[in-house]
Amino acid sequence: MKQLLAFVRKEFYHVFRDRKTLLILFGMPVVQIILFGFALNSEVKNIGITILDNAHDVQSEQIIAKINSSPYFKVRQPALNYKDIEHRFKEGGIKCALLFPVNFGSALYKTGGAQVQIIADASDPNTATTLTNYLTAIIGNYQQELNPAAKPAYQIIPEVRMLYNEEQNGSLNFIPGVIALIFMIVSTALTSVAVVREKELGTMEILLVSPFRPIMVLIAKAVPYLVLSLINFIIILLLSVYLLDVQIKGSIILIFAESILFIITCLSLGLLISNITTSQQTAMLVSMMGMMLPTMLLTGFMFPLENMPKVFQIISYILPSKYYYSIIKSVMLKGLGFSYVWKETLVLAGMAAGLLTLALKNFKIRLS
Amino acid sequence: MEDNQSPSTVGRQSSTKEKAIVCKNLTKQFGDFKAVNNISFDVDQGEIFGFLGANGAGKTTAMRILCGLSYPTSGEAMVAGFDVYRQQEKIKKNIGYMSQKFSLYDNLTVLENIEFYGGIYGVQGAEIKTRSNDLVSTLGLEKEAKKLVGELPLGWKQKLAFSVAIFHRPKIVFLDEPTGGVDPVTRRQFWDMIYEAAANGITVFVTTHYMDEAEYCNRISVMVDGCVNAMDTPANLKKQFNAHSMDEVFYELARSAKRTGD
Amino acid sequence: MSSVRVKNIIKTYGEVKAVDNVSFEVQKGELFGLIGPDGAGKTSIFRILTTLLLADSGTATVDGYDVVKDYQAIRNRVGYMPGRFSLYQDLTVKENLTFFATVFGTSIEENYALIKDIYEQIRPFNNRRAGKLSGGMKQKLALCCALIHKPAILFLDEPTTGVDVVSRKEFWDMLNQLKKQGITIVVSTPYMDEAMLCDRIALIQNGSIMSINTPDHIVQSFPKPLFAAKADNIYRLLQDLRADTEVESCYAFGEYLHLTLRVKDGNEHTISAIAAKYNPGGFEVKRIAPAIEDCFIELMGNE
Repeated sequence: MKQLLAFVRKEFYHVFRDRKTLLILFGMPVVQIILFGFALNSEVKNIGITILDNAHDVQSEQIIAKINSSPYFKVRQPALNYKDIEHRFKEGGIKCALLFPVNFGSALYKTGGAQVQIIADASDPNTATTLTNYLTAIIGNYQQELNPAAKPAYQIIPEVRMLYNEEQNGSLNFIPGVIALIFMIVSTALTSVAVVREKELGTMEILLVSPFRPIMVLIAKAVPYLVLSLINFIIILLLSVYLLDVQIKGSIILIFAESILFIITCLSLGLLISNITTSQQTAMLVSMMGMMLPTMLLTGFMFPLENMPKVFQIISYILPSKYYYSIIKSVMLKGLGFSYVWKETLVLAGMAAGLLTLALKNFKIRLS
Repeated sequence: MEDNQSPSTVGRQSSTKEKAIVCKNLTKQFGDFKAVNNISFDVDQGEIFGFLGANGAGKTTAMRILCGLSYPTSGEAMVAGFDVYRQQEKIKKNIGYMSQKFSLYDNLTVLENIEFYGGIYGVQGAEIKTRSNDLVSTLGLEKEAKKLVGELPLGWKQKLAFSVAIFHRPKIVFLDEPTGGVDPVTRRQFWDMIYEAAANGITVFVTTHYMDEAEYCNRISVMVDGCVNAMDTPANLKKQFNAHSMDEVFYELARSAKRTGD
Repeated sequence: MSSVRVKNIIKTYGEVKAVDNVSFEVQKGELFGLIGPDGAGKTSIFRILTTLLLADSGTATVDGYDVVKDYQAIRNRVGYMPGRFSLYQDLTVKENLTFFATVFGTSIEENYALIKDIYEQIRPFNNRRAGKLSGGMKQKLALCCALIHKPAILFLDEPTTGVDVVSRKEFWDMLNQLKKQGITIVVSTPYMDEAMLCDRIALIQNGSIMSINTPDHIVQSFPKPLFAAKADNIYRLLQDLRADTEVESCYAFGEYLHLTLRVKDGNEHTISAIAAKYNPGGFEVKRIAPAIEDCFIELMGNE
């Protein structure tokens, strides 16, 4: 036990004496959260919109005029038909579309209620949400003007469709994504590099030729990075709450428990990588290319997974981060309990156990 | 116009023999620290000159200046007839360099390595071809010419590295601990090559801290704490210090060193 | 009693025989040297003996324990300094030492007597990071770390490579001090001149041992008289003598050429007579005792 403590202390020395590691450890989460946070809070102004007005009546035109006069939107050339809308989206230039049904005005007056459809390009979910909110507000405004007596005789019901990203992943969803990414960097990349560095230095030979149990080397390497990951996790949570006004809806204990499970998965991966690589560069490269890139691209936190080719969707199922991302999103942002995420937790636990076994089994007590 | 004033006139005044390197009161200072402290020496054309010193004595700094990689703080030096302040590019063209650590690309073949170095030193294409064929047959590497250098034994690599360093027929070749780690026989073959190069008029400047390597040199200088504390033939130095080997000479000189570290 | 016993060890990497049927024994309290160039197989032998590597065939015991079966027991009993061992650069002298002491289940105080003489020399730099030490001091620290648990046998793989003359001399002095305390030392080096400092040596080349004996015995068994000659133009002399039919071998050796003759009873005069054919200026010749390096060259010629 004394040996393990000495080892862990030594690991902390390594971390705190290396400016690069420190910067990666504590600079990156802060920078990422701030960057993502502000990049996604983009201001909406003069956004291109196209209108498919099948009604061509007074009411629809009044609404169009209202939209045109708002500073947020710029009405572009009207769409010819439904297909044309999609075409215009792909062309760029517009980020949302508004559809009036054939008998919009008459329906509104005759039945007291009419529908419009709002379609937004949700590949940038944050902007899409803002846009639909503004559009709904403008329509609501018009509706109020129609009902001056405050008795809701006429109702316009907007039906919102998010194109390219039906589930509307995004907005604050990047936070669980960043957390997963940070864990990957700290627990997987830094851990593997820390082990491989000893191989490069030759100190691994000394450690092996000592009474210290080889397995303890791995445990001693893992403990500091578990602690550092948790510290990082707390930093991210604090930043999210106080800087980005995120509400943590679910159980904080559950979030921590799930995070520890994921950290153990990442650590096991890191140790596994360190077993099969012999240089720090390779270890870093494998962690980056093999783990971090897929996490960024295929967990759905930056780019919606639904629109990706089937192959990528299938690959994403073997990524631990996908499950962690989904769990944290559900618990932290939607406030769901364990009963909603037990399946993902089970998968993650299975992966952690599998990877840890593999890492420990592959650890060589000799050189090859 | 100063590019054309070669070879130097400084050397000719001091001796009838052509001087490959002339150093006068050369100093290199980093802040208060004098890495090279007022050193002066001459090296003759075709001489094998051993430049010795413990780690941190200032060897590397001095050699960098002589190779045209860094400017001295004060003093003068001419290398191959060119001034270390104003004619660094000319110096680089007229010297060769080989170190034990960096020499050849392991993932290029023997011929590719030769062609590459010949190319960067501006040897003409056709000339490269004939010379590299000659080189390969002199070294007896015909069968290995198309093999990757990484697959060759260490001794062959060193011999090849030396040949490549003098491929462009430089006036001076700088060797940094050239024969470390090889077996005694290969080492002799290596020294045969160095002797041959010197006999052909190439000045060989060897830096090392291994004294047995130093004993092969015509003349030796020993640097201690930035200064040249001794300079003579190995035989005279041994006589002067009443020592059996250069090891003992060096030990006597370096023991008093104040500086440590690299 | 033998501290180390190696029998018919073979280790291959692909097609390369790194260790080719090597056998030797090291007696208790002996300073034993493995002398050979890079790639001769020294490191592989050290790794096999320190249980870091499994041999393809053959057996070996260290302090009576089998290197395969009893690897745990051996790991408790040996001190090991690998060739590229450079300690933790970002840890101070004291931290490095404390760390290795703890890992080996001991403390600096417990075996202080053993490392005292060496440690005293680096103690003034206790709070300096290992990365900022000079080569010689790093080496001393590394030796302290390898000794901290009072091993029965010390394995030092090329401890003096890349270290200057002064530090090298000090290092060998330290080894002799340790020997006096009863520690068996197995050391490897590519420097032939260090062979004389060992009790017994094995000359190793291409994975196999060419000769094992005391340095004096090896020198004495050099088969022929050896001469050292020199002239003003040493390269000319080398070429001339080498081409001469009466000369058996001639090679450069420091400021001299070393040569042997084909005739058994040749002497200095024989050589002077041969040299006279070529009119060398400043010619000198003397009979000399061979160095280990001469023996190595001679043995390589026999292989």
